[in-house]
Amino acid sequence: MSGTASVAEVRERRVAGFGGLSLAVQERGEAGRPPVVLVHGYPDDHAVWDLVADRLAADHHVVTYDVRGAGASEIPADRAGYRIEALIADLDAVIGATSPDRPVHLVAHDWGSIQSWSAVTDPVVGRRFASFTSMSGPGLDHVAAWIRAHRIPGRGRWRDARRQAVRSWYIAAFRTSIPAKVWERGRLADGFPLLLERVDGARVDDRWPGPNLVANGVNGIELYRANMYGRTAPKVPPTTQVPVQLVVPVGDRYVTPALLDGMERVAPNLVRREVGGGHWIPRSNPDLVARLVAEHVAVVEAGRALTPDPERDVVVVTGAGSGIGRSVSLAFAERGAHVIATDLRTDTVARTAELCRLLGGTAESHALDVTDGDAFDELAARVAAEHGAPSIVVNNAGLGMAGAFLDTTDEDWDLLLDVNLRGVIRGSRTFGRLMVDGGRAGHIVNIASAAAFTPSRTLAAYATSKAAVLMLTECLRAELADHAIGVSAICPGFVDTGIATATRYVGATDAEQDERRRSADRMYKRRRVTPDAVADAVLRAVDGNRPLVPVAAEARLGLLAQRFAPHLRRAIARIDLTPPAPTRRRTEDPS
Amino acid sequence: MSQWSVVKTATPPPTPARRGHAPTPDQLDAFRAVQQLAYRAAADVAATLEPGMTERQAALALRRRLEADGVDDWFHLPFAWFGDRAAFWHFRVPLQFLPTNRRLEEGMGFILDAAPVVRGATADIGFTATCGANPAVEQIMDDLAAHRTLIVDQVRAGRTFREVYEAVDRLAAEQGYANRHHAYPAHVIGHAIEPLDPGPGIGLTPARFGRRHVRSLVRTIAVGRRERWSPLWSGEPRSGHPPVAGLWAMEPHLGLRGAGAKFEEILVITDDDAFWLDDDLPHVRRWADRGITPTGAR
Repeated sequence: MSGTASVAEVRERRVAGFGGLSLAVQERGEAGRPPVVLVHGYPDDHAVWDLVADRLAADHHVVTYDVRGAGASEIPADRAGYRIEALIADLDAVIGATSPDRPVHLVAHDWGSIQSWSAVTDPVVGRRFASFTSMSGPGLDHVAAWIRAHRIPGRGRWRDARRQAVRSWYIAAFRTSIPAKVWERGRLADGFPLLLERVDGARVDDRWPGPNLVANGVNGIELYRANMYGRTAPKVPPTTQVPVQLVVPVGDRYVTPALLDGMERVAPNLVRREVGGGHWIPRSNPDLVARLVAEHVAVVEAGRALTPDPERDVVVVTGAGSGIGRSVSLAFAERGAHVIATDLRTDTVARTAELCRLLGGTAESHALDVTDGDAFDELAARVAAEHGAPSIVVNNAGLGMAGAFLDTTDEDWDLLLDVNLRGVIRGSRTFGRLMVDGGRAGHIVNIASAAAFTPSRTLAAYATSKAAVLMLTECLRAELADHAIGVSAICPGFVDTGIATATRYVGATDAEQDERRRSADRMYKRRRVTPDAVADAVLRAVDGNRPLVPVAAEARLGLLAQRFAPHLRRAIARIDLTPPAPTRRRTEDPS
Repeated sequence: MSQWSVVKTATPPPTPARRGHAPTPDQLDAFRAVQQLAYRAAADVAATLEPGMTERQAALALRRRLEADGVDDWFHLPFAWFGDRAAFWHFRVPLQFLPTNRRLEEGMGFILDAAPVVRGATADIGFTATCGANPAVEQIMDDLAAHRTLIVDQVRAGRTFREVYEAVDRLAAEQGYANRHHAYPAHVIGHAIEPLDPGPGIGLTPARFGRRHVRSLVRTIAVGRRERWSPLWSGEPRSGHPPVAGLWAMEPHLGLRGAGAKFEEILVITDDDAFWLDDDLPHVRRWADRGITPTGAR
């Protein structure tokens, strides 16, 4: 991502807003290009958009302005001057002055987005808009309806309401005189830029938050006082047909993604894009915001329909040459994804790619040894060059190993951990970095095992490696949540894959190995859990962002035992579950 | 197109089959004629299927056609599976194979499966085709060629039925397909076909199976249990016996997610050999047309 977009030339002018109040307006880019109007929030002024505006200026006519009371615009004389009707009239005036004939593409953040929702749903002013990209600001009527709906318990509504209430503390605080005093004391003004930089990763410079921060902070409180308290929302909120792109930064500390649920009732032609990052995403990831706005504008200008995700899923799967990896690849291919199938063996993974193409996806295959960190880096560089960041990574490659712990050697452990644990670490880190930098929402799926929470005397090494994968998954899930990247562990039980025929039995002779593998494979086959069932679980995990998905009854029972009957679990752990060296069955022919 | 490794083992002297039921040449001719009749009818009916028709309509059309052609009894009435039902996708109970009101759509693969009887000679066929283009189904049909060779080679080598089943499983896994015959009743890849005396017609059909034939099969299961073999050819321990002489309807059925394909035809096992009853069948001709060798290579 480049942080060095050229700085566009800014043309400043003043426009008379509602009641003749003078507004500071800035224009960038040629006038004939698609017009984009950027509206800032609280406690910002137009400078919050500088980075995005510079990036859009090459292909758009970009208009920013200071909302009344902020930046270089005039300050209303009384609270009534901050009413939403006045704000809408200001926006109308700015558009009238800069793009009188051509409908504009509206982009708004935070309070700017709140007032913009009122503007686009306004029957008269609403005609001025070709599209709307909304960030971190729901409509006031929507919030009222949301709160009403969330009084009824069920489906996590109270949880969502509680979470949002905690984050909305400042709205209650703004009724008192304390916040204004805090701003004026200067302590907050000093610390605020640092807070933005450290907590939200926002890019701070001398213009943003800038010299007007205190004035913006104090005056802007009137926005809340004039519009939020004691407001009666209409029973049936007004709607709009304007194509809306709802950009939802999942790490937002002030507006929870849940608060934006149901916005499609206000704007039926809406597409929601969850992205990584926090509240000040125009400052923390201007490249992403500029790209999303430009795409939305291009789609609307071309008269095309909005698509939930303009980019197809790009899915990386390790160990895709057989078993679960192959089934997962096929499942994503069936959904039309681009599958990047990798495996140690080139012939089997090439076949996987071939099958993916048969199912309607596109696919490529690469040889990849998950124990080779350099190979991972090379692959990542190739993927980045051709596809940007992958949207889904499935760390599946794994080895089986069974037998008594005391019979295991250092080499056994090295090999097992290198594949089962470090392979997952490498995959998650290499591609996780790409995904975070890319900024789009995504998912990492790690194939663990029911053995991760089911101890067994014969699976010490394997179960340990998988337990580590499970813990890694949980930690990573917490870390990447703010980047809109979900992380899931899939814990299958006995699945009929090639693993039983490739499991290494420590402390067994070669002949015993073969016998045990064969009888284990037969046991797995009789259990009849197919890799397709695991692939379905992976899809469920990605679609529902589930932290842990057990597959097969034994995995679910293992989870239950872990929670409610740990002593039972320990008792079961003492049973030798590896198939005994088989004796000839009665039905087996003596020949 | 890669070539699948078809296991050819040095043939140990085949174990003499314990059941001297090798059919006479006359019987073979009669069975071959019914199999031809059934495949011809299935191909003709398949050619008339159009988008919008249901499985029930297709199954009924095939029944009417075969009965008009002189079929006087059924081992089982025709089944028709459209789209992902032809892969038994997400089937939980065997009864889901009964024909439904699923409608045929452009681009769907489908399977017609019927077991008509003419004067005591039974055929059991599975005919896969597509309505329009379906590359996944076509590829599975191509790759089934290797299975046909594998089965007969393994039987000739004197492998136990269970080992043959497992060999098919391994080849399917190598090809990237799921074994869908496991979803069949008793998880069979094949079953014994027994010459029955001409009877009074089909009468009652529990789950579309002919009662007389099922009763006969159950009797054979009982006999087989004593003699330690099973007329139901599966991967279970009960199939861990060397080849048994007689007629066996083999039905390898493979799936790639929602795409499925199978063939079904009679394998003749004699005391010292095994061969497919007939090589002049639609799927074999299709492989020849597409230049696919019996080992599945192109």
